[in-house]
Amino acid sequence: MSTYLPEYHPEQETEATARPLTYRFEPKDYVFRSITRSGGIIVLVVMAMVGIFLASNGISAINEVGLWKFLTTQNWAPESNDFGIAAVLWGTVQIALVALLVAMPLSLGTSLFITEVARGWVQRTLTSLIDLLAAVPSVVFGLWGAYMLQPNIVDFSKWISVWFGWIPMFQVEGVDPASPLRDTVPFTASTFIAGLVVAMMIVPIQTSIMTESFRRAPIGEREGAFALGATRWGMIRTVVLPFGQGGIIGGTMLGLGRALGETIAIYLIISPVFEIKFHILEKGANSIAAMIALKYSESNEFAMSALMAAGFALFIVTMLVNFTASAIIARSRSGAESEG
Amino acid sequence: MSLIDEIAVRPSAPDSSVPNRTHLPLLDKAEADPDEGRIRLGAARQRSLVLAGAALGALAMGLLLTVGIGVIPLGWLFAVSFFWFLVLYTALVALREPLPVVRDGFVTVLLCSAGVAVVGTLALVVFFTFARGQDALGHINFFTRDMTGTGPLSGLDDGGILHALVGTLEQIAIALVMTIPLGLTTAVFLNEVGGKFARIVRTVVEAMTALPSVVAGLFIYAAVIMAVTRQTNGFAASLAITVLMLPIMIRSADVVLRLVPGNLREAGLALGAGQWSVVWYVVLPTVRSGLATGVILATAHGIGETAPVLLTSGFTGVMNVNPFSGPQTPLPLAALDLVRSPVPQMVSRGFATAAFLLLVVLVLFIIARLIGGQEAGKTTDGQLRLMAAQSRRDLPRIEENYRRLLEQRNRDLDAADIPDGADADIPDGSAVSRNATTNVTAVPIPQDRASNTTMQEKP
Repeated sequence: MSTYLPEYHPEQETEATARPLTYRFEPKDYVFRSITRSGGIIVLVVMAMVGIFLASNGISAINEVGLWKFLTTQNWAPESNDFGIAAVLWGTVQIALVALLVAMPLSLGTSLFITEVARGWVQRTLTSLIDLLAAVPSVVFGLWGAYMLQPNIVDFSKWISVWFGWIPMFQVEGVDPASPLRDTVPFTASTFIAGLVVAMMIVPIQTSIMTESFRRAPIGEREGAFALGATRWGMIRTVVLPFGQGGIIGGTMLGLGRALGETIAIYLIISPVFEIKFHILEKGANSIAAMIALKYSESNEFAMSALMAAGFALFIVTMLVNFTASAIIARSRSGAESEG
Repeated sequence: MSLIDEIAVRPSAPDSSVPNRTHLPLLDKAEADPDEGRIRLGAARQRSLVLAGAALGALAMGLLLTVGIGVIPLGWLFAVSFFWFLVLYTALVALREPLPVVRDGFVTVLLCSAGVAVVGTLALVVFFTFARGQDALGHINFFTRDMTGTGPLSGLDDGGILHALVGTLEQIAIALVMTIPLGLTTAVFLNEVGGKFARIVRTVVEAMTALPSVVAGLFIYAAVIMAVTRQTNGFAASLAITVLMLPIMIRSADVVLRLVPGNLREAGLALGAGQWSVVWYVVLPTVRSGLATGVILATAHGIGETAPVLLTSGFTGVMNVNPFSGPQTPLPLAALDLVRSPVPQMVSRGFATAAFLLLVVLVLFIIARLIGGQEAGKTTDGQLRLMAAQSRRDLPRIEENYRRLLEQRNRDLDAADIPDGADADIPDGSAVSRNATTNVTAVPIPQDRASNTTMQEKP
């Protein structure tokens, strides 16, 4: 008799999966499963209802002026049937972009600092502090932005506009750079300042997503880079950043979603204008969320419907951004596991 | 010696009335050496000297330009010094090191300053809020009175935020009553039941964590206030908070449940438990602290939400304990309302309210960190002691069952008149379940008592 080796197909071994568990359910297990399933259904229904209620309440206002006019009108005067989201949507995007421009390097640096530079208690404390920053109420951020940041940052705004005013974006009208008076009023309540405060509010979410993705960079490749003589920055540039690419993009987009929906901090800082502006340092800005907070109290049934339509537009935009972000993050999670 | 060994080598006092004792197995395996970890490259001494030198030089340069000569306003001291530090440090490193090291040093400084900037901003926000709020926070009436009869010119020793405190407590309590069961059920569904539908729910929940808070407020305004109550009230506000807290709660519970080791579940199933029993007796107790952390963090987020309650709760300065009728202002909205006033005392009260809100969030956060700092499945010494005590309480009951089982068997043997030891069958399941009164369903009876005891007595 001879010994037979079991047949071995290496190509089948490449996909290691957990062995399937066969359950035989008891009656109470069926009850348990259907109760938890109904929990999931309730959550889904609640979330769907958000969209449905906004759409059904906003539709009458949109019908009144027509979709095209609703998307292109800059003014917001529902009482005279002259309203649209062009200005506020642009303002929302502008504030979010300023916030992103400031928050992105800051959170990239912070998350690299947490994962690559800091060690021990510094690392742990910093991670906790970032989580704490995420829990700070938005009204506190708004008060800080309006009463502390604004008076101190206007000089910086002025400095930018004096030196870089030749770039159209940084231009501020009605200011004489040669004037010896310290006139900072034209620089207050601007897109720039609102963007700065929103930036501080989206740093935590961006940082935690990026930190998570940088932690997944495989240690074998890290040590390989060091063994080839790379410095820490060389290792970060060639290993950590490429592996964390999905996390960087996804985290940034998730931050963008938050920035688009931020309300109270912007509401406390801006002075609302209803025109498409490009001068981010100039007084006057707007966003959909802040407009809703400003206008809801003085609205009748129809004006409320118009606000619902604006809210629905915001809902659509943020959901698009968020779904894209979570798809990118989910894809970056698979296949980039560390081998220890 | 770890606690497990301690328990193992000190079994409770031997009891001669019981023929066979249950002995805990001795752990003869030495504990694994702690992981040595990867070798880390420390900073060279020269680098730290360069760092200190550059910092000193930069500070001196900044002071010279601002205070000394006065070409730059004092407010710019920090920016100027930082810029100068960056230049100085890079130049000093470049004197002795090759280009890649210079680049590394430059980037490291940038990374560190990003971390410092974020922490510094947090510190500024906290410090500023408390500094501006301390005037009103110092008055005890701030916490014991509402704003009834407090005119715009009343001093800070009149009026307070008790009504907002009550409003926040009631609204967050109602929101938690709805969020915790629904959130936990959904998270358990996502992890334990799974399937295609669960994936859809998970995707939607993830997207909903970033639902603009004002949109949640608009939704409740349309669904509850415009359609049903026709009036702002506390219950509508708590519904709006629920819509925002639910995704946060589900997500954090989902993440925690994912950490439950699969072999814990399999062990439960192998012992004959059904899926529900495994979830209830194994999975949920394992992640109890993580779930509590999730609940507390969701509470911290929910308490601070302003935009949704702005549309739904309504403004009032009067105490309203009934959340179902009439406006009921919570803390963040009270802060917002007060700072919009042109009167300095009111603004001061607003800052004090914000500071108090921040304090509540900080305390919640610290509690969450204290109870949630451990991994799933890991037990602290205290928990281990509790479990050992529980096992000790269970031991007499198990031994009692065993003794009765043995007596029954001996009686059966006597009745059948079969010599002891000839038939050493383990009694079948029916006999056991007839005799065992408690939930011990199967007790193996050793075939050879003598060999059994010697096997267990380890040196």
